[in-house]
Amino acid sequence: MNRPTPELLANRPPGAAAAARSAAAAKSTTPAAPATPGPAVASAEVRTTGAGALVKSLEALGVEVIFGIPGGAILPAYDPLFDSKVRHILVRHEQGAGHAASGYALATGKVGVCMATSGPGATNLVTPIADAYMDSVPVVAITGQVPRGAIGSDAFQEADIQGITLPITKHNYLVQSPQDIPRVLAEAFHLASTGRPGPVLVDIPKDVLQADTTFTWPPTLELPGYRPTLRPHGKQIREAARLMATARRPVLYVGGGVLKAGASAALRELAEQTGIPVVTTLMARGAFPDSHRQHLGMPGMHGTVAAVYALQKADLIVALGARFDDRVTGRLDSFAPHAAVVHADIDPAEIGKNRTADVPIVGDARYVIEELISAVAAEHAAGRRADLAEWWSTLDDLRRRYPLGWEEPADGTLAPQFVIKRLGEIAHEMAGPDVIFVAGVGQHQMWASQFITYDRPGTWLNSGGLGTMGYAVPAAMGAKVGQPDRVVWAVDGDGCFQMTNQELATCALEGIPIKVAVINNGNLGMVRQWQTLFYNERYSNTDLGTHKHRVPDFVKLAEALGCVGLRCETASDVDATIRAAMSIDDAPVVVEFVVGKDAMVWPMVPAGTSNDEIMFARGVRPMFDEDDV
Amino acid sequence: MSKHTLSVLVENKPGVLARVSGLFSRRGFNIDSLAVGETEHPEVSRITIVVDAEDNALEQVTKQLNKLVSVLKIVELDPATSVQRELLLVKVRAERTMRSQVLETVQMFRARVVDVAPDTLTIEATGTSDKLEALLRDLEPYGIKEMVQSGLVAIGRGSRSITGPTLRAASAAA
Repeated sequence: MNRPTPELLANRPPGAAAAARSAAAAKSTTPAAPATPGPAVASAEVRTTGAGALVKSLEALGVEVIFGIPGGAILPAYDPLFDSKVRHILVRHEQGAGHAASGYALATGKVGVCMATSGPGATNLVTPIADAYMDSVPVVAITGQVPRGAIGSDAFQEADIQGITLPITKHNYLVQSPQDIPRVLAEAFHLASTGRPGPVLVDIPKDVLQADTTFTWPPTLELPGYRPTLRPHGKQIREAARLMATARRPVLYVGGGVLKAGASAALRELAEQTGIPVVTTLMARGAFPDSHRQHLGMPGMHGTVAAVYALQKADLIVALGARFDDRVTGRLDSFAPHAAVVHADIDPAEIGKNRTADVPIVGDARYVIEELISAVAAEHAAGRRADLAEWWSTLDDLRRRYPLGWEEPADGTLAPQFVIKRLGEIAHEMAGPDVIFVAGVGQHQMWASQFITYDRPGTWLNSGGLGTMGYAVPAAMGAKVGQPDRVVWAVDGDGCFQMTNQELATCALEGIPIKVAVINNGNLGMVRQWQTLFYNERYSNTDLGTHKHRVPDFVKLAEALGCVGLRCETASDVDATIRAAMSIDDAPVVVEFVVGKDAMVWPMVPAGTSNDEIMFARGVRPMFDEDDV
Repeated sequence: MSKHTLSVLVENKPGVLARVSGLFSRRGFNIDSLAVGETEHPEVSRITIVVDAEDNALEQVTKQLNKLVSVLKIVELDPATSVQRELLLVKVRAERTMRSQVLETVQMFRARVVDVAPDTLTIEATGTSDKLEALLRDLEPYGIKEMVQSGLVAIGRGSRSITGPTLRAASAAA
């Protein structure tokens, strides 16, 4: 991992990202005060337009690529962009631009950038911005706005995108003067990438882009109200370490914050030092190796029995960059009733929001974990170390009795779980452990989380918090742009795929050879599963006709979009089809797997019920021996 | 539920009030009253919010407010150690025969008459919510034709200022 330290990220002079990475050793304890961008790319004053200042700022900030679509209000920006070294990828829908920026950001650790015009261009970015906000992804969205004098007049293509995105951005701007553009851009990148990352929107009126101005770099950031806490409090760390050394049934509950902090290696050290079992949430898959003996899998609604049980029966939960989301806790008032909670997060507002923390720790996950390692070592040195043998024997027994698995469909159709499992195995065999998998939302997403082995950070991208169908294809496109040498597989459903597949045209024309596995079960599978379980098998509006009518024909659709299209309908063809797709690296590939419609995601904690009610399979509740604990 | 008075120092920029008030509505917190104004430093505005919330919710609202980039500082002002005031303007029916009685009430509450018409008096009063409620109760029988009330503003007692260090930070950045 060659990630910059959190402090360097926090204090990074815009444009000095590369310098920051090379200066990795620096470990100042200065909190993230608003920084004055360093002199690395300082430029003398030049006369330009607002649009020129925008493009020069993006260049100075080290932006490699922008995903976007031009239109009336943003048009002035596209003229200097035409001559810039910044690559612009012309997408087919602004939603694709936003998700691509997220995919790029998650795959690279850099800020993803998307651009759109005013009105509908901007409102089409709302879904990916909300998505990035829920999953804390560093994205900067730049939108054109109608000229200042027309704002508020219901002008053509006017929408108050600053107002619309207030609740779904970390911060946003309506730029009032061309002189402000460099500072606002530098602030936007700083805000997006530091502290708890998130999307920042910069709305620029057309006349501000057209106006004459001067450009100098670096600008001075004016963020007196922004001071993220990175270093945890020593007293809280010692208290947490004391609990970790003495708890008899502890669990490390690992969330996406560990990946954002680049803390995977430190986490592994802490886990091995303490011997404590680890669960990784949907947002944290890959933060701790799936193949590691101490890994119990994913907790939550579709988590493993062992992971759900471990949290439920724990006497200590150490939450690292996780937020006790309802999909993890189930019914909150019966979640982990016996557990003391150590809650470490960079966002103080997450601590105590859903579950009261006995030991609250505010800080960057990497610092928190590193300091926990020292503090736990001190506890061990003082002779305090609980024996976890009994806890492990319980958990090992559960793992043995309730492994993830599936039943072959009785009607002889292809099992989607089998397809996804083989996809992971063959991709890893042919391209190594760094293959990136990007999922949409629904059954295929859960199976891709369950049946593919993630041993490296940054190999699993999905829409966790917002649950945005249609995320996979554009996010995979962005990830592939950021990591062109890695194989990127989108695992998508037939419903999701029909929402955003037009970006395959972008992939085909821009030379972005992603691979897409369309797990076609003919239905909105997850919704259908709920109809099966909770609505008496009344399948209202979940049949997409992708089985019955074969509309669309995914192979023809892929070909029409400039991709290679493959189809697989039987188990015996699965391996060969995946290998064929893996062997194509000069074009995007779409593989349609026609799978049975009745497969369901198990285990499952029905929505709104206690995690104690986890079902291992339909009608099968696990037997827990130790209901007394 | 209990009432809490929060003094929120924010950057004096367009849209900041919308950020703060929007946060309350979307997170499901109730605002009892809200008052905004400039401070002794033109770059900083002060929003006084009275919120009806349990302790947990209050902690959450404070943390969420603190996350807003435009928010510089939040202080909860305890009624016992702060001065808290609202302003009331009320137009009361006061025919000649009743006028002296209305004026007596006005004097009792140390309120002031700010406008006179043949059949009404307009009264200005400041004070705590309790005092203004009591005044209104006493005026009610005469007939209240119209009234308007400001949000509560509050300032800590003693010589200490909550704005000092914050303002220095803000002006250093500006």
